[in-house]
Amino acid sequence: MSFLESNVYYMGALGLVLVGLLVILVRHNLIKMIIGLSIMDTGVNLFLVAVGYSRGGTAPIFSRAASDPAAMVDPVPQALVLTAIVIGVAVLALALAMAVRLHGHHGTLDMRKIRELRW
Amino acid sequence: MRALVALAVLAVIATGLVLALSDIPFGAPDSRVGPHYNRSGREDTGAVNMVTSVVVGYRAFDTLGEITVLFVAAVGLGALLHRTSRPGGGDDREPASMVLTTGCRYLFPLILLFGTYIFMHGHLTPGGGFQGGAVIASAFLLVYLGCRGRRIGRGWASSVESLGGLVFVGLGLAGLAAAGHWFLSAFLPKGTPHQLFSAGIIPLIYVAVGLKVGVELTGVIDRLMEDTQ
Repeated sequence: MSFLESNVYYMGALGLVLVGLLVILVRHNLIKMIIGLSIMDTGVNLFLVAVGYSRGGTAPIFSRAASDPAAMVDPVPQALVLTAIVIGVAVLALALAMAVRLHGHHGTLDMRKIRELRW
Repeated sequence: MRALVALAVLAVIATGLVLALSDIPFGAPDSRVGPHYNRSGREDTGAVNMVTSVVVGYRAFDTLGEITVLFVAAVGLGALLHRTSRPGGGDDREPASMVLTTGCRYLFPLILLFGTYIFMHGHLTPGGGFQGGAVIASAFLLVYLGCRGRRIGRGWASSVESLGGLVFVGLGLAGLAAAGHWFLSAFLPKGTPHQLFSAGIIPLIYVAVGLKVGVELTGVIDRLMEDTQ
């Protein structure tokens, strides 16, 4: 219980990163690879938020219910993740635009059929 | 074969990550920066939401870089999907039903209002410019999906976008001129915490960021929808 309790967020983040990487490496469809990229992004964000958590901490927002700064979680990783989510959206949009262009050029999204991108 | 290679690569990466993670205890962060921001953020920036005080108070310059990244991505998307002329009226799909159209018409201003509320109260409650901008873009996405044929005016959109960026940079330069310490220094009075008009330049920056992000994400949606038609 204690091991699970203290590691579940790290395991979840690690699992998401690995699942995303597996999708990128194994799948042939470009859209599915972009979905894998997005899953990896989610895993990294979850890891960053988990690093900043302090046990029993409250959200770093002063209110009538929470006014003790010592009991608040670290706001810096949360600000970083706020940034990372927006950058993730930008990367996703750019990747999708490239997929649209590739489909227009080659008529397929299958990586095995696009000669320049095969590995 | 390919799957086996992928699994081997994953196993190596997983081992490395687990070894690295085992040194980071969960729930007891060792950082001294975060607690310092929590202790003195309210006095330093006037904002009650500490995440906001980090994003647009202590590290506002990073946020300027971030909206630049978003801008470059939007421009890159426009360059990739550029077409000289809009496809004019070639839409042969069935028009949306009256329920859908009416729902869009009444939900659209409410979602816009909610997005505006989120970015105007970024220094008081959870939320801020980026979140509010995303909500505003979702209102436009609803219109794009529900009321087909209506779209955002490009000239209008780009002027709101430029205005948002200019307000951000202008506030930074004004801080440099008025307080004379550094770019984006807080030169407006901080007011009483927990009030709407408090925290100096933070709400102004968040209004600019919210408008800019909302219009930029709407532009991304517009480009991607246009190319599929």
